[in-house]
Amino acid sequence: MTQVPFEHGLLVAAILFGIGLIGLLARRNLLFLLMSIEILLNAAGLAFVVAASRWGQADGQVMFIFILVMAAAEVSVGLALVLQIHHALKTLDSDAVSQLRG
Amino acid sequence: MTAVSSTGFYVFSGVAIFATLLVVAQRSAVHALLYLIVSFLAIGGVLFVLGAPFVAALEVIIYAGAIMVLFVFVTMMVSPGSEASPAEARWGLLRALAGPASIGCVLVWELVQVLSAAPGVALSGNVVSPKEVAAALFGTYVLGVELASMLLLSGLVGAYHLGRRMLYRDREAS
Repeated sequence: MTQVPFEHGLLVAAILFGIGLIGLLARRNLLFLLMSIEILLNAAGLAFVVAASRWGQADGQVMFIFILVMAAAEVSVGLALVLQIHHALKTLDSDAVSQLRG
Repeated sequence: MTAVSSTGFYVFSGVAIFATLLVVAQRSAVHALLYLIVSFLAIGGVLFVLGAPFVAALEVIIYAGAIMVLFVFVTMMVSPGSEASPAEARWGLLRALAGPASIGCVLVWELVQVLSAAPGVALSGNVVSPKEVAAALFGTYVLGVELASMLLLSGLVGAYHLGRRMLYRDREAS
């Protein structure tokens, strides 16, 4: 059993963050945007836990729990907004909601 | 000091990255959700291997369970509009991804450069037990717990309010 370098853990978190960022920038569907945000938050939490494992402290895991709470609150409001937008505009294209008028 | 199981770490990480790539590349939201659940389960495995069993359980229960159930419900309700938008179909996913992906590759390359220049440190893999996490959570970070509870309450009220307005509009229309 060989040891995993600290950098590899951070690299995995960075790759996941990059994939989420690409999804956030490239996709137009509002549901995919929300999923990409979940991937981004998850990658950030993974980086915290990797750091917690590096130092053997619990603080990183506490930060992961806070990120989890924030993601849960964000996704509930975000999905309610998605329902509203779909109800009003009959589409989930993010280009359709770029007008900012009733 | 126990070392992190390297095979488990790399297998779980590979599955997580592969599944996350498939999430972003899917056309249908339901297929993307299935891959996203796989991705969250794999990240839960990574967390477990890294010596964080409590957080790994939270990842599976809350991310792969609760949050994904919300997504599945909303995807069911908006199902006809959840296919790829006309703009995506016109551009083609690869062309749309080319710009962000190339910029992202530069970032990843730079990150690899910076990280490989740093002195190597192995992950300890010491298991941080739920007891220690709870002691830190309700000791040092107890103010954060209060703030998190207020955030959850505001999220609850906000989601309820947004959902309620839609019901009212339905009633007025009928």
